[in-house]
Amino acid sequence: MKDEVQTPAERTANLKGMGTSRKRVEDVRFTQGRGNYVDDIKMDGMLYGDFVRSPYAHARVVSVNKEAALAIPGVVAVLTAEDLEPLGLHWMPTLAGDKQMVLADGKVLFQGQEVAYVVADDRYVAADAAELVEVEYEELPVVVDPFEALKTDVVLREDLAGQTEGAHGPRKHHNHIFTWEAGEKDATEAVIAGADVVAEEMVYYHRTHPCPLETCGCVASMDKVTGKLTLYGTFQAPHAIRTVVSLISGIAEHNIRVISPDIGGGFGNKVGAYPGYVCSVVASIVTGKPVKWIEDRMENLMSTAFARDYWMQGKIAATSEGKITGLWCHTTADHGGFDACADPTKFPAGFMNICTGSYDIPTAYLAVDGVYTNKAPGGVAYRCSFRVTEAAYFIERMIEVLAIKLNMDAAELRRINFIRKDQFPYQSALGWEYDSGDYHTAWDKAMNAVGYDDLRAEQAQQLEDFNAGKTRKLMGIGLTHFTEIVGAGPVKNCDILGLGMFDSCEIRIHPTGSALARLGTISQGQGHATTFAQIIASEIGIPADDITLEEGDTDTAPYGLGTYGSRSTPVAGAATAMAGRKIRAKAQMIAAYLLEVHDDDVEFDIDRFVVKGAPERFKTMKEIAFAAYNQAIPGIEPGLEAVSYYDPPNMTYPFGAYVCVLDIDVDTGEAEVRQFYALDDCGTRINPMIIEGQVHGGLTEALAIAMGQEIAYDEMGNVKTGTLMDFFWPTAWETPNYQTDHTTTPSPHHPIGAKGVGESPNVGGVPCFSNAVHDAFKSFGLTQTHMPHDHWRIWKTANGLGLHG
Amino acid sequence: MSKMHVKMTVNGKEVEALAEPRTLLIHFLREDLKITGPHIGCETSHCGACTVDIDGKSVKSCTVFVAQANGADVTTVEGLVNEDGTLGVIQEMFREHHGLQCGFCTPGMITRAHRLLQENPTPSEEEVRFGMAGNLCRCTGYQNIVKSILAAADHLNAQKEAAE
Repeated sequence: MKDEVQTPAERTANLKGMGTSRKRVEDVRFTQGRGNYVDDIKMDGMLYGDFVRSPYAHARVVSVNKEAALAIPGVVAVLTAEDLEPLGLHWMPTLAGDKQMVLADGKVLFQGQEVAYVVADDRYVAADAAELVEVEYEELPVVVDPFEALKTDVVLREDLAGQTEGAHGPRKHHNHIFTWEAGEKDATEAVIAGADVVAEEMVYYHRTHPCPLETCGCVASMDKVTGKLTLYGTFQAPHAIRTVVSLISGIAEHNIRVISPDIGGGFGNKVGAYPGYVCSVVASIVTGKPVKWIEDRMENLMSTAFARDYWMQGKIAATSEGKITGLWCHTTADHGGFDACADPTKFPAGFMNICTGSYDIPTAYLAVDGVYTNKAPGGVAYRCSFRVTEAAYFIERMIEVLAIKLNMDAAELRRINFIRKDQFPYQSALGWEYDSGDYHTAWDKAMNAVGYDDLRAEQAQQLEDFNAGKTRKLMGIGLTHFTEIVGAGPVKNCDILGLGMFDSCEIRIHPTGSALARLGTISQGQGHATTFAQIIASEIGIPADDITLEEGDTDTAPYGLGTYGSRSTPVAGAATAMAGRKIRAKAQMIAAYLLEVHDDDVEFDIDRFVVKGAPERFKTMKEIAFAAYNQAIPGIEPGLEAVSYYDPPNMTYPFGAYVCVLDIDVDTGEAEVRQFYALDDCGTRINPMIIEGQVHGGLTEALAIAMGQEIAYDEMGNVKTGTLMDFFWPTAWETPNYQTDHTTTPSPHHPIGAKGVGESPNVGGVPCFSNAVHDAFKSFGLTQTHMPHDHWRIWKTANGLGLHG
Repeated sequence: MSKMHVKMTVNGKEVEALAEPRTLLIHFLREDLKITGPHIGCETSHCGACTVDIDGKSVKSCTVFVAQANGADVTTVEGLVNEDGTLGVIQEMFREHHGLQCGFCTPGMITRAHRLLQENPTPSEEEVRFGMAGNLCRCTGYQNIVKSILAAADHLNAQKEAAE
């Protein structure tokens, strides 16, 4: 047999298991244009939906006249809230315990809000008809500032008038949503009052948007004969969508099939439920035909799923030697017109309480006030676990501000405050148990890799040259050490709309030794079909190339909560390993029977079970698979398959050390990134090639956010950044090369020690770029300026500091 | 709306159809011809997901009317596959160097890279970055896309040398 002449190393390599930079199986389709994205779906008789949207940020809807639209040949229907009301579908529940209008019910609360839904037999006709729907509005005073919102008499949510209790506790004002607290207020304030040094700053993380290249969309198809609804869509959580559709539509869940086909990037944009989905389902039920709805880019940026918009007031206390003694934060969170944040139920401000970061801070307090404004709803976890980017940005800015106050090197300040390796598992002051970490090792590796001391010397020289009039460029060195919290998440703590956040994997081994695996998650570019097969390959000993992986079809895949918040590897990856181990346990019994020894006398060895002490006696997994189906084995059921539903005991805590070096032209405001070093520790590494790709991508989104990408409104509530002309998305020309590195600190509670990586670079990247900009101006007295650091804002900073003469 | 008769060559095949003159080329390709490789990402010519090759030039097909492409020679990513059905060199290099993730920008990227390497068979990294700046990617940070294209240039040049 060929197997017998292979060395163990060759057999391991043949599996392409964990640790291998296996080429992606997805790419064969994608590189030749054979992906199947939602807009590629074509069905007989398919109709197209398009929205009439509000041009106003706050207005009463006086009347809607559909006549002219309905007169166009090909227009099938124009739906308004009045049409949806008898079905109880003119409002829908949000993921945050609030409710949201599906179509404007008497008023609109943000520009771009859905007012009417046109259905036609052609997408051009639907667009034509949407133009002809006449809507009469009566403008109302617009509130775009969250601080003003808490003072004004203007009531945004009239439907909640008089309700002093919200989904997350008492409401203090008619535009207030919730207050959420963590830590000890009195103790923290006492520490701050008695501290040697206190630094205080308002840190604003601006409103931005995930903006995946593919917008949101769906195809709803109600089969009136079978009574079955099939809903294709860009869903990051297809199973949750099925349950939600069932709950709000009254269609029994077994009669709903949700399919997420290939998804062109998600980044949190495709977690929530949007009016387009509800309207398409209703339109398909009414017409009996498939109905497709695809957002255009302006609709995407204006209406679905903004991120951030956190005003974080902070105080950080320390001894005169720089040992941090306390952290205080009050956040004003702008949630827009409806509270549609995608957060676990018990965490209306997400995991913002990870804001003590990588530091051993004994006392801390956090309060977050959620506020309604006339902006789009959302507040999604954009390439991060829930509100973790906000938390990381806050603490990494506060550390810099404290370093300035202490007149201390910011790298050294971090080093003396890191949680030490021997303190893990570490209980944070705001309530988390960090699973594992080795921050000092990562930090020292990063500092050595970039030659930190030399960089500071070079910066000092450049500053001297600048002051001497020899250059107009300033050098900035940005530092960040971040700690994430991902992989939600124990079900006892984490649910969304009551759905527990476990995940799942089902594996079937075929008689000839190849396999099919299905998961409750859904890839949007992360390469699940490649990496999860690698986990199985290592666990079971079947080559990854012989394993097909499927996700996203709720009729076939096991139930799971989907892909966001870096939860696929920590949760579904764990389920995959556990399902693999169940199969391996059965395979062990079969092997023992075939080898005529006791179960305990065989052991797993790469791709086979061998008799202990007699490795020449073995059965390969292929042989075992065939026997599992085709040989009568006393006491063992035929077949070789397993399913695992994994409820993680804790979340995972990936971390990293980043350094950014950039040069700022004070006269043009341009910032050019000269070097970016990213060390990530995501625990056990499954596919280094894919990890590196995730890091490059996340850093580029961080570059975008830090340096220009925002959703900006004027005082009338008009979106100023509604196209890719205004919404900064870096090109290849503006994007630097990145230098990646890693340490490996496995998670002690995860079956394979993996922690998740997709979001780390965005979480750590944003403060790193921003800190570099701040650092460049530090010598001129700058402590804090708000992102995004576009050329205009950098120029203004330079000008404000008197650098233009 | 009245329809016009359009005729063009797409991926080496002659096609004829009736289409509204206002139909955008991207919709004609995707809806009428069922060529769904080119994608729609912005509809304002910024993202390049809809990039096709028309008469030897990279064109964003979301802002071209089908009427403007009448009589043209159009190539999409589907047309860059080898005759035997295997991946073309650029496609293979994107796979080899992890030059794609979600795959949505990929058809436009590869189609643009194909033209770029015709225009400049030996580009520097800087020239690749500049030449690809009309195509946006949200996933990869471009580093591996640039690597893929530089590797494809090497392969294509080696093939050319071997043939000579």
